[in-house]
Amino acid sequence: MLLHGYLPAILGGLQSTVSVAGTSLVIACVFGMIGAAAKLSSARTPRVVAETYTTIIRGVPDLVLMLLIFYGGQIAINEVADYYGWGYIDIDPFIAGTMTMGFIYGAFLTETFRGAIMAIPRGQIEAGQAFGLTRCEVLRRITLPQMVRHALPGFTNSWLVMLKASALVSIIGLDDMVHRANLASAATRKPFTFYATIALIYLALTTISILALRWVESRYSHGVRKVEFR
Amino acid sequence: MIDWSVIVDSIPAFLKGLQTTMLLLVLSCGAGFLMSVPLAVARVSPNPWLSKPVWLFTYVLRGTPLLVQMFMVYYGLAQFEAVRESFVWPFLRDAWFCAWLVFTLNTTAYTTEIFAGALRATPSGELEAARACGLSEAAIYRRILLPSALRRALPQYGNEVVMLMHATAIASTVTLVEITRVARDIYYNHLSPIESFGVVAVIYFVLTFGMAGLFKLAERRFLRHLRPVASGVA
Repeated sequence: MLLHGYLPAILGGLQSTVSVAGTSLVIACVFGMIGAAAKLSSARTPRVVAETYTTIIRGVPDLVLMLLIFYGGQIAINEVADYYGWGYIDIDPFIAGTMTMGFIYGAFLTETFRGAIMAIPRGQIEAGQAFGLTRCEVLRRITLPQMVRHALPGFTNSWLVMLKASALVSIIGLDDMVHRANLASAATRKPFTFYATIALIYLALTTISILALRWVESRYSHGVRKVEFR
Repeated sequence: MIDWSVIVDSIPAFLKGLQTTMLLLVLSCGAGFLMSVPLAVARVSPNPWLSKPVWLFTYVLRGTPLLVQMFMVYYGLAQFEAVRESFVWPFLRDAWFCAWLVFTLNTTAYTTEIFAGALRATPSGELEAARACGLSEAAIYRRILLPSALRRALPQYGNEVVMLMHATAIASTVTLVEITRVARDIYYNHLSPIESFGVVAVIYFVLTFGMAGLFKLAERRFLRHLRPVASGVA
C-alpha cells in the first residue's frame, strides 16, 4: 500500500498548503503595494508608518509573529466584539493564518516593489502624464508592466521563503501538509517516511516555482538587452 | 490592559531561554562557518565531482522547510532500527543535538552559497596577479581568494546570521526550552498573547538590531577599503 494508505491524505494536505501559500501571496502583494506606495509617498505619516511596519517585521521571527498576530488578533477582535455586544467570534484559522502570513511577507514585498518602482525612469511616468493619461492609466500601462521585470527576482525569493514558511501554519492549527504528516506518523509510527515524502513534495514545489518564474522573467525581459561581459 | 506581574514573574524563565537561544545560535553558526568555507571552495570548483554534490546539498536544504527537516531528524530517524542500535543514537535522541545538527546543516547550505557567490565575484586580475607571483593554489586560496571573498560576503553573511537567530525559534517545536518555547508556555498558562509573544518579539527585535549593529561595526573594520572617500577630496 502506497504510504500505508495515507497518500490521499497527504495530497489533500498538499492542496491546503498550496492554497494557504497562494492566498497569503495575494494578500502579501496587496500589503506590499500599499507599503511601497506609502514609502514613496511625499507625505510624512505614511512613510513613517510603512517604515515602522517593515522594520518590526524584519526584526522578529516569522513563527513568533504568527503566534502573536494569530492569538493576539483573536483576543483583540473578541474584545472589540465584546464591547459592541456581538458575542464570541470564532475566527477561521485559514483566514487568520493567511492574513498573518500575508501581513508578514507584505513587508518583504514592500521593499521589493519599492525598488522596482524606483527602477522605472521618472521621465516615462512624466511622459505618460504629458500624453494626458490618468494616474490610473499610468499605473496600469506604464508602471506595472515594467515593475514586473524589476520585481521578479525579489518576488521569486519572497515566494520561496513564503512557501517554506507556510509549513509553520501547522503550528497554529491549520490542516496543511505538515499537519497531515504529523497525523500519519503518529498513526503508523513511520515518521521518517512521511516527513521525507512531504520534504520531497516541497522540493518539487520550489523547483516548479523557480522554473515557472524564470520563464515569466524571460517573457517580461523580451525587449531588454543584457549586458555582455567580455 | 497588560498584566505586568506576568512579565515580571517570567523574567528568570526568559533569561534561561535566552541562554539556550544564544548557545544554539553560537554553536550552529560556528560549525556552519567552518563547514561552509571548504564547501564553498568545492562549489566553485570546475571539477563537477566536487561542485555537483555540494550543489545538490544546498539545493535540497534550501528547497525544503526547516520545520520539516527538524521533524525528519528528531522524530523521523527513530523509525530505523539501525539508527536506534548504532553508536549515534544517544546523540540523535537528544533534542539539543538534533536542533544543533539541523540548524548547522541549514545555515551551512545558505552560507555556502553566499561564500561561493563571493568567490565567483573575485576580480580576475587578483587571481592572475597571484598566479604571476608564483603562489601555489593553496596559498592563493589562503592569502588572496578567501580573505577578499569573506570580506565581500560580510553584509550578506550578517543577514544570514540574523536569519539563523530567527530560525532558532523552530527549536521550540522539539521540546527545547528557548525563548519562543518560554513564551508559548507562558501563553498556555495565562492565555495572554501580549505578555508572552509580545515580550519575546521585543527580545528578538533587540537581538536583531544589536547583531545588525555588530555586523555594521565589522563591516566598518573589514570593508574599510570599499567605503566612499570622505568629503574634502573631490
